[in-house]
Amino acid sequence: MTVETSAKVTLPPKGTVVLEARGITKRYGQVTALDRADLELKAGEVLAVVGDNGAGKSTLIKVLCGAVVPDEGQVLLDGRPAHFRSPLDARKLGIETVYQDLAVAPALDIATNLFLGRELRHKGPLGTWFRLLDKNRMRREAQHEMDQLKFHLPAIDSAVEKLSGGQRQGVAVARAAIFARRLVIMDEPTAALGVRESGQVLNLIRTIRDRGLPVILISHDMPHVFEVADRIQIMRLGRRAALTSPQKHTMSEVVAIMTGAARGDDAVEANGSA
Amino acid sequence: MPTLGPLIVLLVFCAVFSLATKTFFAAGNLSLVVQQSVIVGTLAIGQTMIILTAGIDLANGGIAVLGTIIAGRMVVEQQNPVLSLLFALIVCTSFGLAAGLLVSRLMLPPFIVTLGLLGIITAITRLTAQGGAFPVTDDLLSWPGNAFNVGDASITYGMVVMFGLYVVVWYLLTQTAWGRHVYAIGNNREAARLVGIPVQARLLSVYTFAGLLYGIGAWLALGRIPNADPNALQNGNLDSITAVVIGGTSLFGGRGSLWGTLIGTLIVSVLRNGLTLTGIDPLWQDLVTGILVISAVALDQISRRKQR
Repeated sequence: MTVETSAKVTLPPKGTVVLEARGITKRYGQVTALDRADLELKAGEVLAVVGDNGAGKSTLIKVLCGAVVPDEGQVLLDGRPAHFRSPLDARKLGIETVYQDLAVAPALDIATNLFLGRELRHKGPLGTWFRLLDKNRMRREAQHEMDQLKFHLPAIDSAVEKLSGGQRQGVAVARAAIFARRLVIMDEPTAALGVRESGQVLNLIRTIRDRGLPVILISHDMPHVFEVADRIQIMRLGRRAALTSPQKHTMSEVVAIMTGAARGDDAVEANGSA
Repeated sequence: MPTLGPLIVLLVFCAVFSLATKTFFAAGNLSLVVQQSVIVGTLAIGQTMIILTAGIDLANGGIAVLGTIIAGRMVVEQQNPVLSLLFALIVCTSFGLAAGLLVSRLMLPPFIVTLGLLGIITAITRLTAQGGAFPVTDDLLSWPGNAFNVGDASITYGMVVMFGLYVVVWYLLTQTAWGRHVYAIGNNREAARLVGIPVQARLLSVYTFAGLLYGIGAWLALGRIPNADPNALQNGNLDSITAVVIGGTSLFGGRGSLWGTLIGTLIVSVLRNGLTLTGIDPLWQDLVTGILVISAVALDQISRRKQR
């Protein structure tokens, strides 16, 4: 088994649509969580998805990462229909997800956490017959990847519980960045973090984008969204209310569209054709 | 090094008893100490794996006793000894599998599952034994009790088997992906699931493998005391938990080491042996063991709180 890191995949040129969701509908009994929702993620961008509670952003993200199967609509990856039955399906196609609640094993070290569930074994009979882990190689590769991501951590074999909250989330984000081949989805990655720690994670998001991996960022935090997003998709009542960017609208305008105080349809049209 | 604390405790006890009595630090006595820890030491391997996944096993002693009764009765009834032993191992493994299925598929709490199984297994043991015990005369079943000499020390094959099992399981826990998954599941089960570890399959394998180890423990028990008695090993579950906890493994899962468990087993064994040799009333043995257990858990809790 070899590591499938992002570096070994040729990514599509900037601006082409990597992931597309068309007319996604999801109902839970009488409640319509998603009502013909659309989304396009382009290569080389950070697309923020914002919305009030119940606007459908979580459900949309769950559809994109395979955790929820939609009732109607289509997900296209690189223009081809993709049918995710589970997060594992999405992961096999190169989509990695980072969850808000620090999905790390605190007692285990950084390198172990980075390779958790994808451990590297020794080459040859030691690995094949005796399933012997290649700990040195995992440490080396973990260190190399963290250097590439310009994310500074204590020794790669120190326990994750010795790290700050921001560094821990950094480990989770780095794991996604290392193994994602198409895109990374981040669900509220800074929700549990302080100001300075959030800054570390936001920097990491920018680094990932600059290396060519597009990122979908779900966040409640408007300053964070405006700091890293290239485009912003505003969800309201289970569908896309507007598609804009930090240059076109201010934070208060975005919040106004989110809450329904302002209409966002013109913003969609302005961007939809671009 | 997480096993350093327990190791120091073990060495201190050995030093104290060596100074207090002339008989403790003799090859023959030390060999006896290890022989006395072989059964609990083997049960404690399975217990360690299960506790590392944040579970607990109250049925392990019961499973081992059932194994001894099955093998003992079958041999007494003129069955082939190899088949008898094999059948006992299969039954023990099956009960491990049953516990694993209930814990992993139905998501029932391990405490309740193994408590219930203990009741069921104890009843099956009584029914199988039909009120009697089975003296073991067969060479294969009593083989773990055979010994060879290294210098003055007598080494039983049971000791060798137990040590070999420790090496194998240590390898699995620390040198393979399977072992890392065991630790990760106990440490943060949700995170383990999210990174794609097949949590259910891993839990099932842990409990099933533990069942096999309890079956081997049954064989070692027949070697040590060549009489399959349905009333033996009543405290196997609690003794093995004691060994795991004194060895520094956290009852909350995800932290600890298998060598710590071996040291924990030896600490209890040394304590019992040493206190007996010094002529102290045996009731003090349980008291000191109790204090050790509480101290070990307290240390674990305090060190966890500091890390927050």
